[in-house]
Amino acid sequence: MGNLSVRNLEAWYGAQKALLGITAEIPEKQVTAIIGPSGCGKSTFIRCLNRMHDTLPGAKVSGDILLDGKSIYDQHPVFLRKTVGMVFQKPNPFPSMSIYENVVAGLRLNGERRKAKLRAAAEKSLRMAALWDEVHDRLNYSGVSLSGGQQQRLCIARALAVEPSVLLMDEPASALDPIATQRIEELVTALKKTYTIVIVTHNMQQAARIADFTAFFLNGELVEFGPTSEIFTKPKDKRTEDYITGRFG
Amino acid sequence: MYTKRNLLNALMMGVFSLAAVIAVVPLFAVLGYVLKNGLTSLNLAFFTELPGMMGVGGGMANAIIGTLIVVALASVMGIPIGILAAIYLSEYDRRSWFSTLVRFTSDVLTGIPSIIVGIVVYAAIVVRTKHFSAFSGGVALAVIMIPSVIRATEEMLRLVPHTIREAGDALGIPKWRTILSIVLPTAAKGILTGALLAVARISGETAPLLFTALGNLYYAHSLNEPIATLPLNIYFYAISPYDQWHKQAWAGALVLVFIVIVLNVVARLAFRTRMGKN
Ligand SMILES: Nc1ncnc2c1ncn2[C@@H]1O[C@H](COP(=O)(O)OP(=O)(O)O)[C@@H](O)[C@H]1O
Ligand SMILES: [Mg+2]
Repeated sequence: MGNLSVRNLEAWYGAQKALLGITAEIPEKQVTAIIGPSGCGKSTFIRCLNRMHDTLPGAKVSGDILLDGKSIYDQHPVFLRKTVGMVFQKPNPFPSMSIYENVVAGLRLNGERRKAKLRAAAEKSLRMAALWDEVHDRLNYSGVSLSGGQQQRLCIARALAVEPSVLLMDEPASALDPIATQRIEELVTALKKTYTIVIVTHNMQQAARIADFTAFFLNGELVEFGPTSEIFTKPKDKRTEDYITGRFG
Repeated sequence: MYTKRNLLNALMMGVFSLAAVIAVVPLFAVLGYVLKNGLTSLNLAFFTELPGMMGVGGGMANAIIGTLIVVALASVMGIPIGILAAIYLSEYDRRSWFSTLVRFTSDVLTGIPSIIVGIVVYAAIVVRTKHFSAFSGGVALAVIMIPSVIRATEEMLRLVPHTIREAGDALGIPKWRTILSIVLPTAAKGILTGALLAVARISGETAPLLFTALGNLYYAHSLNEPIATLPLNIYFYAISPYDQWHKQAWAGALVLVFIVIVLNVVARLAFRTRMGKN
């Protein structure tokens, strides 16, 4: 569960084309990193995967994306997003909610009322997000009372609570300090047992540390996609080599 | 050269401070005057008794309750409509000609003298139902408060970061649910403040009630009857020939000022309190 197959995906913002025909197989229960210079279409790409792109006013896509063999465009985006979760660059817990309410928001606001079910889901998700030990005795505190790194793990727990099979992460550690970043990286590695993870990063060392596969984007194009070790040690494309050796970007 | 510049600086600061003092003098004069004249005529009977005949004795119990009823009626209609309309403007339609029209109309309506709203409601409801009523008074005040509720709410909703809405979308929460359960609570304090200030503003409105609520010497027994309110009573008592009623007008003014000040203070406190824990 959680295998993504991207077929000739093109994406526009109004008249501006941001993705020029991406084709890629994103394997299940692996970490796939998206790297590339700023503005190359990384965010646009992963926002296509949960249909956050084509639901923007004026935005458009063509091509297809299959999730476990079925087109994501055959589903209502609201349902798709229960299967394909997302974590954003800046931690964005709901300010009016407690830690507990944040974690169960996706369940509760979709109609889950049973207290026992919500409790269990909250504990399970917080444990998976490696946050339980730090917050179990203050679940009623405001979500925004946590540190930046804790807030980001809270957002991860919130995304996991709806039990997706794919987790998209758009530079989830770029607003965090090195220690918080390391915890997120450990978490990603632990989570891939259960989830397919697609993570955007502008940090190539990070990609090298945590990703099984790496995709290199440039100007809206997928230049090279393969096992991380191959991308970093023997890239096939000159542009990939230039980028990872720091010659541009 | 240097001293001349200093002198000019001091002079200008003097002018600004003087203006600031002049600006607050009337406010304190009003408060002081109302307090001085109102306190002496305020007694228990004022709160518990109906007006006395021909200006003797009695109180304004019916007008105090009447004000609460008409303002509550206006709030029950005006606040939900204002908030829902603001949600439409902020969450569903920021840019179309229609939302521009709604915003423009709200702004114009805010600037229209309130007596005009009274005349229109008179023509639309009083003339048609053939009687003055608490209901028509409530409608007039609701019309007056809706634009300020809309603008205050919309401003507060726009302060809610876009990333909060995205997080709701990304969790597969339907948009209306994200708005009601995530965006609205995030802006709740500011919206509450805006609503309370709008309530405070209409509590003292007199002109739009002249030909809608009309006034009443007794308690109103239904919303279809004319009803007494504090501002109306103050007006009628003040222009009456009776000394006793003049005194009661001051007492009424004091109670009204008190209500408005309390609403303002509560509105500001509401905005300040932390909602963090719950
Ligand atoms: N909301 C938007 N409206 C218009 N253009 C956009 C928008 N978001 C991104 N773009 C453009 O699309 C291209 C890809 O952007 P993005 O996917 O955000 O890049 P990355 O995440 O790799 O930095 C850029 O040229 C950017 O300017
Ligand atoms: Mg980006």
